[in-house]
Amino acid sequence: MNTEKPSPPSARLDAAAIAELIRTGKRKELVFAILGVFCLAIAILTLTAAFLSLLLDGWSRIRPEFFVNFPSRRAAEAGILSAWVGSFMVLIVTMVAAVPLGVGAAIYLEEYGQKGGWIKDVIEINVTNLAGVPSIIYGLLALGLFVYYFKFGQSVLSAGLTLALLILPIVIVATREALRSVPVHIREAAYGVGATRWQMVSQHLVPYSAGGILTGIIIGLARAIGETAPVITIGALTFIAFLPPSPISTEPPFLNFDWLFSPFTVLPIQMFNWVSRPDSSFHASAAGAGLVLLAMCLAMNALAIYIRYQVRKKIKW
Amino acid sequence: MTTASSTSSLPTPDAAPNRLHFKFTRNLKERFIEAILLFCGLVAVFTTLAIMFVLVTEALPFFNHVSIVDFFTDTLWTPLFAEPRYGILPLVSGTLTVAGVALLLAIPLGTVIAIYLSEFAPHGVREVVKPALEMLEAVPTVVFGYFALLVVTPLLQTIFPELPGFNMLSAGLVIGVLVTPYISSVAEDAMRAVPMAMREGAYAVGATKLQVAVSIVTPAAISGIVAAYILAVSRAVGETMVVAIAAGTNPQFTFNPMDQAATISAYIVQVALGDLPHASIGYQSIFAAGLVLVVMTLIFNIVGHWVRKRFRESY
Repeated sequence: MNTEKPSPPSARLDAAAIAELIRTGKRKELVFAILGVFCLAIAILTLTAAFLSLLLDGWSRIRPEFFVNFPSRRAAEAGILSAWVGSFMVLIVTMVAAVPLGVGAAIYLEEYGQKGGWIKDVIEINVTNLAGVPSIIYGLLALGLFVYYFKFGQSVLSAGLTLALLILPIVIVATREALRSVPVHIREAAYGVGATRWQMVSQHLVPYSAGGILTGIIIGLARAIGETAPVITIGALTFIAFLPPSPISTEPPFLNFDWLFSPFTVLPIQMFNWVSRPDSSFHASAAGAGLVLLAMCLAMNALAIYIRYQVRKKIKW
Repeated sequence: MTTASSTSSLPTPDAAPNRLHFKFTRNLKERFIEAILLFCGLVAVFTTLAIMFVLVTEALPFFNHVSIVDFFTDTLWTPLFAEPRYGILPLVSGTLTVAGVALLLAIPLGTVIAIYLSEFAPHGVREVVKPALEMLEAVPTVVFGYFALLVVTPLLQTIFPELPGFNMLSAGLVIGVLVTPYISSVAEDAMRAVPMAMREGAYAVGATKLQVAVSIVTPAAISGIVAAYILAVSRAVGETMVVAIAAGTNPQFTFNPMDQAATISAYIVQVALGDLPHASIGYQSIFAAGLVLVVMTLIFNIVGHWVRKRFRESY
């Protein structure tokens, strides 16, 4: 650095050799870039191929009757009425349970838990670990706990609560990230005019980070709607030709909660049932159900991505 | 409780008792809310404890019936037969084979994608590709099961005509593509967190982009990349629906991906589909199998944690 040492003759390169070195370097770069695009193409083409195969096999089944018919022994008449109604009801339970718990836990971890405090540490470790637990294990938990210990039975309620626990880490992580993106000076300004912690959280932090929280909730729910294994484990039926009792009735008290304890099936299970039949005429029905399921999942994810994009655009700090 | 309890009308300084009362209710309310939020957080802890409690208490009666030695050494798993045998090895071998095939595909694929997106791809490409990969994560696995059984297997059968209709190869390959986005997104985040100054230093002494990517950024981000691999391993080991649909439900002690075999999770699904009475040995066997699965993922996570600590580079 300080003293100019003359380089040994062997390291001195003439212009042609340098040009050659640069050329090989560039060539290798190009080869790697092509490899990168190729690997990306494998991943994305697989997704496209999966989608196309569903579309080709199942499009013929996407008719109005498909949505209003119960499953049937005859493939041509089989529909997904009980499945989509079941999915919808389970999703409501999941949402009611997972949203307050997940957002509450995230607020605790970000705003209330002491930095380095052991309670916060224990909760954080558990949230991280739960995110890595295979989903089928949640099914076993629910089978032991909800179905047999709390005696909820093989019901909409058990399934909804199971999926709520499953998506809890997703909601917590997304909410924490959203809360963290609100700058400290907003908190300080609120405290400065005498707000309590909860006033600061409920009137400033949560409204400002609502977009990010919403994104996390939607992604979590999209995950829940496609989950199959835990719902099979708690004993969802695969052939259901009736609907759970309606939550709204014409007689007082107008609302009833019998549907929570009703047996049910959901879309992915209906699809699984049809796929695993040896009779290949049901495969078209499976593809149709898969198409509906995929459309719902992708639409929810697209919505989440859109909201995230809008929120990023709107941020003023 | 009259005017003092509402926040909109703050008490005047001369109303001293009122003000004390206001502070008291206000603090009480704050404490109450904090307790509720703490409870929400503790649900995660309860869930972990409940998982361990349920698995252990339901599996214990199973081990009263079956000796632990048989469980880990017998190579036959036929709990639902008239003469049941309870050796977990066939299910473990199936699980490891499928996960192995998946990772052989996913690790190179995910790593190359991560390096490409972090170091090579133009901004526009990244903006389009990242959401597309996120979509791949969002697809329900049952859809991939359908794809593995009805598209990938027939395709593979044109190459390997003797491949059975249910096989671990097609399930493993599809799971490999399925977990690729987990590797690529986590590894890319780790690579992008490597300080720009390190890249610039390498460029300044004449390194090419590829040299920077391979010998500067990848080693610097290695702990994050390993974390990505571990995440993929636990996903591949626990993946259920693709295996249950495409790999078959017949437990076999084999590491040959061309065979059909059941994994731990596929076995649990198979048993749960039938109507097993509560507290029967078949019912208990799924909890024993689940316990083995949890311990397996736990081991992978602990190893991953150790590797990350060992190789962590901090700047």
